[in-house]
Amino acid sequence: MAETLYDKLMSAHIVREQDGATLIYIDRQLIHEVTSPQAFEGLTLSGRKLWRNKSNLAVPDHNVPTTERSSGVSSITDPVSRLQVETLDKNCKTFDINEIQMNDIRQGIVHVIGPEQGVTLPGMSIVCGDSHTTTHGALGALAFGIGTSEVEHVLATGCLWQNKAKNMKIEFNGDLDDNISAKDLALYVIGKIGTAGGTGFAIEFCGTAIQSMSIEGRMTLCNMSIEAGAKVGIVAVDDKTVDYVKGRPFAPIDKNWDLALEYWKTLHSDDDAHFDESIVIDASIIKPQVTWGTSPEMVVDINGSTPDPEKEKDQVKAESIRNALKYIQLEPNTSLSSVAIDKVFIGSCTNSRIEDLRIAASVAKGKKIADNIKLALVVPGSGLVKQQAEAEGLDQIFKDAGFEWREPGCSMCLAMNADKLEPGERCASTSNRNFEGRQGQGSFTHLVSPAIAAASAITGHFSGVDS
Amino acid sequence: MKKFTSLSSIAMPLDRANIDTDAIIPKQFLKSIKRSGFGPNLFDEWRYLDHGEVGMDNSIRPINTDFVLNNPKYSGAQILLTRRNFGCGSSREHAPWALEDFGFRAIIAPSFADIFYNNCFKNGILPIVLSHEIVDDLFKYSGNIAINLEDQTVKTQNQIFNFDVDAERKRRLLNGLDDIGLTLQYENQIRSFETEHFNKFPWL
Repeated sequence: MAETLYDKLMSAHIVREQDGATLIYIDRQLIHEVTSPQAFEGLTLSGRKLWRNKSNLAVPDHNVPTTERSSGVSSITDPVSRLQVETLDKNCKTFDINEIQMNDIRQGIVHVIGPEQGVTLPGMSIVCGDSHTTTHGALGALAFGIGTSEVEHVLATGCLWQNKAKNMKIEFNGDLDDNISAKDLALYVIGKIGTAGGTGFAIEFCGTAIQSMSIEGRMTLCNMSIEAGAKVGIVAVDDKTVDYVKGRPFAPIDKNWDLALEYWKTLHSDDDAHFDESIVIDASIIKPQVTWGTSPEMVVDINGSTPDPEKEKDQVKAESIRNALKYIQLEPNTSLSSVAIDKVFIGSCTNSRIEDLRIAASVAKGKKIADNIKLALVVPGSGLVKQQAEAEGLDQIFKDAGFEWREPGCSMCLAMNADKLEPGERCASTSNRNFEGRQGQGSFTHLVSPAIAAASAITGHFSGVDS
Repeated sequence: MKKFTSLSSIAMPLDRANIDTDAIIPKQFLKSIKRSGFGPNLFDEWRYLDHGEVGMDNSIRPINTDFVLNNPKYSGAQILLTRRNFGCGSSREHAPWALEDFGFRAIIAPSFADIFYNNCFKNGILPIVLSHEIVDDLFKYSGNIAINLEDQTVKTQNQIFNFDVDAERKRRLLNGLDDIGLTLQYENQIRSFETEHFNKFPWL
């Protein structure tokens, strides 16, 4: 029977099925400091052993400072944050889990370093106590976020109970306009199907626009699948995937590489596979996107305006629009390009890879950030991304333009470290969530691509690259 | 795992769609390395008028009397009634931990986000999906609601509604079964799968 890629990936990992629930084997668990301490504690309290230490890789990312931190964990001034990172270090030592520690050059955001190190590979089942685990689907892996109880379950059993998702296909065809990136595609599709549009589904992204998209672009797109409600976002393996993986530190070599390659080439949906839902999108008409509200689905073209709740027939939706506009302090029918911003954040597991930084730097090159910009942050996704960017001189371009060049981490995406917005501040952010208070209580987040974030930093308001 | 069999309580109406887990429990409280004590910070940014931080004495913080959670009428409610896509966003299990710690044991909504829905079952909370129309009606109803998991029913004074729940999830919640303990019953099966899996995919 013809199978989708998701079906194939699930089938390859099924240990047992009973009453509609499926026990699947987990090849890789990524661990960070925020969602793991209670899992390790549970394991200790119940006296259970770790199933297989080699399946796990840990890294601190959410709480780490992005400013000077050469003295390691002791550079974390907030004692509560510091304890969380120390707890991760201690747990990894106790359970003999491979951890990339804070001052290791390879440290970075868990979803950046997994693919970068070749720790996450095509065909693997991958989990992490973090919803943006969808990112790794870009390599043709079955990857999804889980809660802490499930983190403990995987630590103790190497497996997880799952209910099979339905299959959704989102096909992007056509050539993208200049300065349009995967982030715009992601926001565009979330605007179309809503933040619950993908609930219960595994989304496979395909079409000519995806075929010509880089692996890093695919990661951005898959990363945002969860913002459409889908726990899984995947792209079939192709030559780009193979080229990306080859030579990575944890990637297979020699005979194992050949065997892996043979298998990875089967990782695509069969021609006549059944999808429960299919959406076809003409990617050539997509303009730069910017969110206006407090949910990623509240998004318009950069030339667009905030909606008018009086024109919305669905009362629940109208109320959501009213709440969002009230929170974010914008009137209905306000042109986004007229909205001034206070801060700019370029980073996060969505947009902090080398290609993102190259795009932002190309926009900022030879220019200066506007006078009204209080802070423009560039936070590379990993130490290796940072190193690469510096080798290309991108750090200097940013610094010359007035941006701050920081150490890697999750940073202002969720503001668990010192990088946050103050109440009333408005930010153009390349991160993934514009929820109320996400980047700091009472602050306003507008999600954009790296190109738009850089362009808006230069003009001081939401702007396309051409302006 | 905590059991859930049945309960009868008034429902606290939280009339908003797409409530995300950042709103349920803001990030600063995720720095805790404990599993308990999140209740006083449930919906922190909506519930208090000041900025909440870890370690504050929540009993002396200024409260937002406009927020439904602070309405004495709903004090002691064990059921949360809300709108579609509840629990979207971050996978943080701190969200159900906070809801449970506060005293909620069941949530009724037209839909839930996947990861949150799953996390509820791990913490003795029953998430119940009912149609938009029924949820609309429940928002207009102020009496006691009786929930029975065995029968899969939600009863008001005059009406009775059925809800769906997976057989396996239901069994575990009804009996308060330990997920990990159950899985480890199949330890041999997992071991033999693993051996075969690594033979087939030796690079893993």
